[in-house]
Amino acid sequence: MELAENKRANDGGSLVQYLSKHLREYGLLVALIAIMIFFQVVTDGTLLKPVNITNLFLQNSYIIIMALGMLIVIVAGHIDLSVGSVMGFIGALAAVMMVNWGWPVWATILASLGAGILIGAWQGYWVAYWKIPAFIVTLAGMLVFRGLSLWLLEGQSVGPFERSFQALSTGFIPDFTGLGRPNGTALVAGVIAVMLIVWLGLRQRITNRKYGMEEEPAAFFWARTIIVSGALFYVMYKLAGFRGLPNVMISMVVLTLIYAFITENTTLGRRIYALGGNEKAAKLSGIKTERLTFLAFVNMGMLAALAGLIFAARLNTATPKAGFGFELDVIAAVFIGGASMSGGSGKIIGAVVGAFIMGVLNNGMSIMGIGIDYQQVIKGLVLLAAVFFDVYQKNKA
Amino acid sequence: MTSLLEMCAITKEFPGVKALDNVNLTVARGEIHAICGENGAGKSTLMKVLSGVYPAGTYDGEIRYDGQTAQFSDINDSEALGIIIIHQELALVPLLSIAENIFLGNERATKGVVDWRETFRMTTDLLDKVGLSEPPGTLVDSLGVGKQQLVEIAKALSKDVKLLILDEPTAALSEHDSQALLDLMLELKAQGVTQIIISHKLNEVRRVADSVTVIRDGATVSTMNTHTDDITEDRIVRDMVGRDLSNRYPPRPHRAGEMLMEVDDWSVWHPEHKDRQVIRNASFRVRAGEVVGIAGLMGSGRTELAMSIFGRSYGQNISGRVRMHGREVDTSTVGRAIGAGLAYVTEDRKSLGLILEETIQKNTTLANLPSVSRHGIISEGEETRVAERYRQAMNIRTPSVFQKVMNLSGGNQQKVVLSKWLFSEPEVLILDEPTRGIDVGAKFEIYNIINSLSEQGKGVVMISSEMPELLGMCDRIYVMNEGALVGELTAAEASQERIMSMIVTDVVDEPALGAAE
Repeated sequence: MELAENKRANDGGSLVQYLSKHLREYGLLVALIAIMIFFQVVTDGTLLKPVNITNLFLQNSYIIIMALGMLIVIVAGHIDLSVGSVMGFIGALAAVMMVNWGWPVWATILASLGAGILIGAWQGYWVAYWKIPAFIVTLAGMLVFRGLSLWLLEGQSVGPFERSFQALSTGFIPDFTGLGRPNGTALVAGVIAVMLIVWLGLRQRITNRKYGMEEEPAAFFWARTIIVSGALFYVMYKLAGFRGLPNVMISMVVLTLIYAFITENTTLGRRIYALGGNEKAAKLSGIKTERLTFLAFVNMGMLAALAGLIFAARLNTATPKAGFGFELDVIAAVFIGGASMSGGSGKIIGAVVGAFIMGVLNNGMSIMGIGIDYQQVIKGLVLLAAVFFDVYQKNKA
Repeated sequence: MTSLLEMCAITKEFPGVKALDNVNLTVARGEIHAICGENGAGKSTLMKVLSGVYPAGTYDGEIRYDGQTAQFSDINDSEALGIIIIHQELALVPLLSIAENIFLGNERATKGVVDWRETFRMTTDLLDKVGLSEPPGTLVDSLGVGKQQLVEIAKALSKDVKLLILDEPTAALSEHDSQALLDLMLELKAQGVTQIIISHKLNEVRRVADSVTVIRDGATVSTMNTHTDDITEDRIVRDMVGRDLSNRYPPRPHRAGEMLMEVDDWSVWHPEHKDRQVIRNASFRVRAGEVVGIAGLMGSGRTELAMSIFGRSYGQNISGRVRMHGREVDTSTVGRAIGAGLAYVTEDRKSLGLILEETIQKNTTLANLPSVSRHGIISEGEETRVAERYRQAMNIRTPSVFQKVMNLSGGNQQKVVLSKWLFSEPEVLILDEPTRGIDVGAKFEIYNIINSLSEQGKGVVMISSEMPELLGMCDRIYVMNEGALVGELTAAEASQERIMSMIVTDVVDEPALGAAE
């Protein structure tokens, strides 16, 4: 009976109430779109040119891939400061394997991911089983792996690589329709993606209604769905006008979907949120908190390794400075995406949108010719503003 | 006696809720005035209005203090006039000394340089007054809750307190410390300090209070004078809940079925001091349908016993045997203990029992996620159904199971913790202080839940500091002292006096045990 009343309250003209409760989620999307429109205007349309959109994906793929792992680490109540150094180190390792030792590409990729997993296990071991604060362990890791990359590369750049390795980042999915330009694969993928979004959204609404969960007002649902699918199709259409879908975009999308599913729909994901929300209570509920913490770092190590490979492939060379300072962009993306500093909350999709916001800011400001000095200032203020907004919302509630 | 404080027609509204509706409170000079009411009745809100946490202008009504109209804009204004609140959650800095805590923000200093000699001298005087014999340089961290409470009172005295407000001061104290605190309150009264005590424990109220005001649903229900009016606990309870609770402990037929759980020779050593034995060769039995109590003073090792059995969550060097249905089981991790059919409902639900930022639904299923998932994928629909079932069965008062548990009252939070453990389908539930800090009405509901567990043939072990509760609910009571189970009484044999005498004689009989600590 109470449920029915609750539902009625949602239907009955409480749009404003609903909006204020979910302001953060819509706000993030609106912010991304507003920032894109702003730069589109001030750069005279350069931002959304097909070649630049392609670049946006290429430039931000490694940040986004690491943000997926970082979100999990932060939800579990920790932090990883070493990801920039680790990705640099793995890039260096891969370069040395291929160029100096002549390893084949497939073996290099497997060995590099394995090395990333080992690095994650090393750091996770100290955090999970010895309870050393992750800040300290990964600060140490940041120094160690920065040093190891320098040592491995002997201070030099190592490259170039085979084409098949470069394809990790700069390759494109071939056009199976034979249309050429616009690229048929991209268009078809765009149509399928839009249909998927609408179908999944509707299915979720039906489930929500069935179990009496809070329902998004229909107006918001359709507005959001139309904006998201419209923007998505627009991007795909633009990509089709250049060289189609970059390989790295596919890996990124697939990984995002997998991690979103794991965090939201599996017992594993639920337990990580519980661990971050209240470690002691989780432990007393039979959750193996140490092992989960350990796994969160193992996963982070693996994703940092993947990001390192993609970054090296993109530059076609490994340099000792690769990945320098990237951990800050990654962490910023996760917090802009709404994750809580104390653990226990945050969403994969938020982290991805947060990473895009940072990416569009970087890209847009570069096109405008704004100096790196102002860029840093602006990015810093955006991070502070986003987190302030979170805290303000929380206090108001 | 003239009145020191008059709060007239106080009304305080939050968006959508009227927290206080025309409340009147008159406190006479030099008396101890008790405020009783269920959780959420508005007691704390009223005290926040009084102390200026809600500044003048955000509420309607008038506060007259010491003959003057008082308009406090923050807590400093009220403290300047000698109104001091000691909150339930103590506000001490654990890693500072007693002296530093007492004079925090009020340092004995000239031009910013602290005069330690003066600070320590004054602290010693204040500690004398509250009867605490600890050196002023002791870190607060190393004191028990009871002594910390005394430090808080000493701090209040250092500020020249005229009206001392104690919010549930004995909620976390043992029987002995509670008595000491009540004695201190009477002594302060003799020295002319007016006091307000907020308490759930009616025997304490009757012991110290001169007047009692009962608040229900944000309104004053009654004000009684304990010297002239004929006050019984039942009458206060009736006013608090607005109905008759003729029997505070719902009756249950005595059932003791087959032997469920046997613990033998359980010994545990302290997690940090490995030569200190915390549990000494404890053995106990639980039969199906039985409610077994564990009585004992605070610190006697009851929680440590339970937690060490439940997945070795406490202590080290644990030895002993646990059998379920006569077969020895492994309870060395929480997962295995749950698998063996055990559940432990912690005494500290906020920090050990719940994830406050999560929803009721997600808290309910946490200890048994596999039951609502297939191949590691959670079925949200199934999960909602389960949570909804427990919401109704437990009568959790909430608009929906998608509410965060932090928004629930203590009693409803406790029901969520119970739901979580019932959903893990245990055979024996260990309930550690299951009714601590929850109001009379919710207590009654918890007792009913315990009775229905017994009816389903589950074994219940109930740890409680409230002896009347154990006497009212249990079929058998074990008495614990200094880490050992020193006696066992059936419901018919048990009385407060017998339990206390078992504790006391044990100490006299075996002084060596105490010396070993």
